[in-house]
Amino acid sequence: MTGEIWVLTEQWRGRVSEITYENLALGRELADALGTPLVAILLGSNAKDLAATLGKADRVLYVDHPLLEDAVPQVLAEVLAGLAKEQMPRAVLVPLTNVGLGVGSFTAARLQAPAVNFCKDVRVHEGRLEASCVMYGGKIESTVALLGSPAVLGMWPGARPAENGRAAASPAVEEIQVVPREAPPVRLKKYIEPETGDVDLTRQDVLVAVGRGIQARENIELAEELAQALGGAVCASRPVIDQGWLPLSRQVGKSGLTVKPKLYVALGISGAPEHVEGMKNSGLIVAVNTDPQAPIFNVAHYGIVGDALDWLPAFTAAIPRRKSQHA
Amino acid sequence: MGTSQVTLESLLQFPEGKEILTCLQCGTCSGTCPYGDVMEFPPRRMVAMLRAGMLDQVFASDSLLACVACYACMAKCPRGIRLTEVLLPLLKEQTLAHLSEVPAELQKALQSTLRYGNPMGEPSRKRAAWVKTASVPIRILAEDPRPVDVLWFVECYTSFHPRCQDNSRATALLFHKLGIDFAILGNEEKCVGECARLTGEPGLFETLVDYNMAVFQKYRFKRVVTSCPHAYSALKNLYSSIGFHWELEHTTPFLARHLVRLKPLLVRKLGYIVTYHDSCCLGRQNDVYDAPRALLQAIPGVRLAEMVHNRVNSICCGGGGGGMWLDTYYKAKGYERLSERRAKEAAATGADVLAVSCPFEVSRFEDAFKVLGYDKRMVVRDVTELLAEAMEA
Amino acid sequence: MHILVILKMVPDVVEELEIAPDGKALNTDYLRMILSESDDHALEQALLLKERHGGNVTVVAFDAPEVDDTLFAALAKGASRAVKIVGAEPGMTTSGAGRLLARILVQEPALLPAGLVLAGVQAIDDLDALVAPLLAHQLAMPYLGIVTRVALDPSGETASVLKEYPGGVRGEFEVRLPAVLGIQGAEKPPRYVPVAKVRAAMKSQKIDTVQAPALTGGDLRLVEVLGMNKPQLTGHAEMLEGSPAEVSSRLCEILAGRGVF
Repeated sequence: MTGEIWVLTEQWRGRVSEITYENLALGRELADALGTPLVAILLGSNAKDLAATLGKADRVLYVDHPLLEDAVPQVLAEVLAGLAKEQMPRAVLVPLTNVGLGVGSFTAARLQAPAVNFCKDVRVHEGRLEASCVMYGGKIESTVALLGSPAVLGMWPGARPAENGRAAASPAVEEIQVVPREAPPVRLKKYIEPETGDVDLTRQDVLVAVGRGIQARENIELAEELAQALGGAVCASRPVIDQGWLPLSRQVGKSGLTVKPKLYVALGISGAPEHVEGMKNSGLIVAVNTDPQAPIFNVAHYGIVGDALDWLPAFTAAIPRRKSQHA
Repeated sequence: MGTSQVTLESLLQFPEGKEILTCLQCGTCSGTCPYGDVMEFPPRRMVAMLRAGMLDQVFASDSLLACVACYACMAKCPRGIRLTEVLLPLLKEQTLAHLSEVPAELQKALQSTLRYGNPMGEPSRKRAAWVKTASVPIRILAEDPRPVDVLWFVECYTSFHPRCQDNSRATALLFHKLGIDFAILGNEEKCVGECARLTGEPGLFETLVDYNMAVFQKYRFKRVVTSCPHAYSALKNLYSSIGFHWELEHTTPFLARHLVRLKPLLVRKLGYIVTYHDSCCLGRQNDVYDAPRALLQAIPGVRLAEMVHNRVNSICCGGGGGGMWLDTYYKAKGYERLSERRAKEAAATGADVLAVSCPFEVSRFEDAFKVLGYDKRMVVRDVTELLAEAMEA
Repeated sequence: MHILVILKMVPDVVEELEIAPDGKALNTDYLRMILSESDDHALEQALLLKERHGGNVTVVAFDAPEVDDTLFAALAKGASRAVKIVGAEPGMTTSGAGRLLARILVQEPALLPAGLVLAGVQAIDDLDALVAPLLAHQLAMPYLGIVTRVALDPSGETASVLKEYPGGVRGEFEVRLPAVLGIQGAEKPPRYVPVAKVRAAMKSQKIDTVQAPALTGGDLRLVEVLGMNKPQLTGHAEMLEGSPAEVSSRLCEILAGRGVF
């Protein structure tokens, strides 16, 4: 029983995602608090090179197999659970993202071990692992204790700054031979890229985001006007995209893009974690919402309680005036 | 009258149904219908298809979604056929059932009305939250169930919508200054359901009727006064046949009845030219034209200017029959917004104020003014807001 | 094809959530329950598949406040059968409920076999497990989550399934049936069902009830809720107040100060 802290590396299409580093940062804290090693688990096919950036961990456990290329949750979980059963770590931090959703549940089920979802923080308290979980769309925080080992922690993005999880030095890599039992009955045929020829949100300095509060398709024009005045582009949270009011390529959040513009104006967006995940690192966040309790105000730098539709025209008009004063 | 028992199958067993067969096909209905030019089946054609046994085609088209239940067709029909009250809700019901996709905003409004008792999807526990912002005490029956003279049925927009809360606060002030003994249902209040029925959701309407009648039975009051003409219309014409027996008025006729005591309180001179928009439910359907005008003329300094289409000829703001939640849908189809059509008429009078008496109209006309650029020179005010303004020293 | 849809009632967040006096659960006094949003999509997806390919849809749910309305609405929308599980231990964890559900699906006649088991990808109260992967594990079926499109291949043995990835990318998978899918969104928004139709279903149709058997080993409860609170407003936004013109003016100053323009 190693009692180690494990972080499952999320690697997809040849890149290690930010959440891995976030979890390594958190994992480092937990490992140090428990006086135990931090191990990064890397599962993939011809992906050994990716281990070089995982130096925040004391070592990397790498499993290479063609079946691990496509991040099929059941296959990943089978391998992860197998390793965990053998080595009995204290905890495994698993990203709760579109890539790996389900891995945590499968792993915990196979191990009959405790699992939690929606973790935004984990700490050691009186020798026990306790997690803060964000539930009910961000409205309630639960503090939970994990009773058992290994604890499978489903991590929400943003638990720690990703910078804190990077390290200059490369870690030691231990390669383990594991053969998943059989070809899973779930096979990736191809990736479908989003429509091209549209704006690249990740390159914008200013984004004006619309959510459910924009109420109707034609109100997006108001947001476009603001975006134009600010020299940016319009994006949206999921509900607006679902309605077909903007194309998929404009979606910010868990199922869309992660953006870091200088300015992010959130209009009628409640601030549910799925959206916040995609924009929380923006330089300056201004939110407008009719609900003073909207979770978006917890992540925004400036907040306005009101109807975006009332406020937008005034703001859009004020910008050229202000700009011309400074020209 | 029991029109809620009429179905398409049983239509001809009712006198109102048989009437439909006497249609002359003169086309006055289609001509007067505000969206008659864009409907695939304007009223005249609907009746023709009914008589030809070809209603299936009507249901397969979305034509009935453009009906804003403004009663214009019914008011003008030389045969007095009860189109809006009897036939249209039945056809709309079938249309709703046949649509492969109900427009999202409308679907949400109907689902919210069923679940939360209001179309905005606001929590029912916040319905009376506006009361804290009123300048006078307002009794809520659940907290103080003693008998009361007036049960003030506030309704949805007047409870939840910030601009319509101005109307509620003004109304409360007026009641208070007039010494009216009144109370509200507060969070127990749910939509009367008139829009639900006229959008084609009789099931939703029945659910609300059952609920509301049970709540009414809990308390003792002499009369109901409501801020919403839609609620007034349904309580008067539909609830009455199933046990609603209380005296009933909309706030404007109620206040007009108290004009002798109200007039001395209107101390401030408002030098406005005011044009009054007759709402469909209050005006055309229930013949209340003079009371609001009398109230406005009692305000010192107010001069009335009539729009070209006034009283029975008033043009609907577009909010009835589900129209309140179909603006995006209409826009996608390229229909002119009825509220914009009407706003142009209002502006043409040269008035400073467009006065209204239905909560739907405030936001609809304010939006129209913004879009048309009239918002710098005209404002929208409910009659009660103007009265309250005139009361300020 | 027989499609099973797992439905769960979750707290309705429209009504403000309050925490119970003991600080460890939600206050149930004013709590209302509503169908989990992605479960609604799972049902819609099932109905679309039924309309395209024939077959029937069975919905299964644990007893909970307002579940009957949801089940009758599902019947009114076109599900052929609605099954309500009663007598389960109150306050089960998602993992306990998932294991119990798997047991019932296997034991009860005519729930399985199914070509597809659809559930919402995730519910807002899924603290300790996700239903779909859990069921897939218990029933030894393939699983794919965050699904937004399901097309049955003519052979009926596989399905072409679209899964969402970050950045607007989607993956097209071939999944061998029977399978469990965690639905993120149906191909069309969940349909409207007229209230009259639901009321008619309440009169003419019935919900089958199934008594929950004891769960072997009980609900493991390996996760203990120590406390609940409304999120601490650490780093709350500075709120700007005033008329739109005033606020806009102030905001322009702030943006100019930050070098945005």
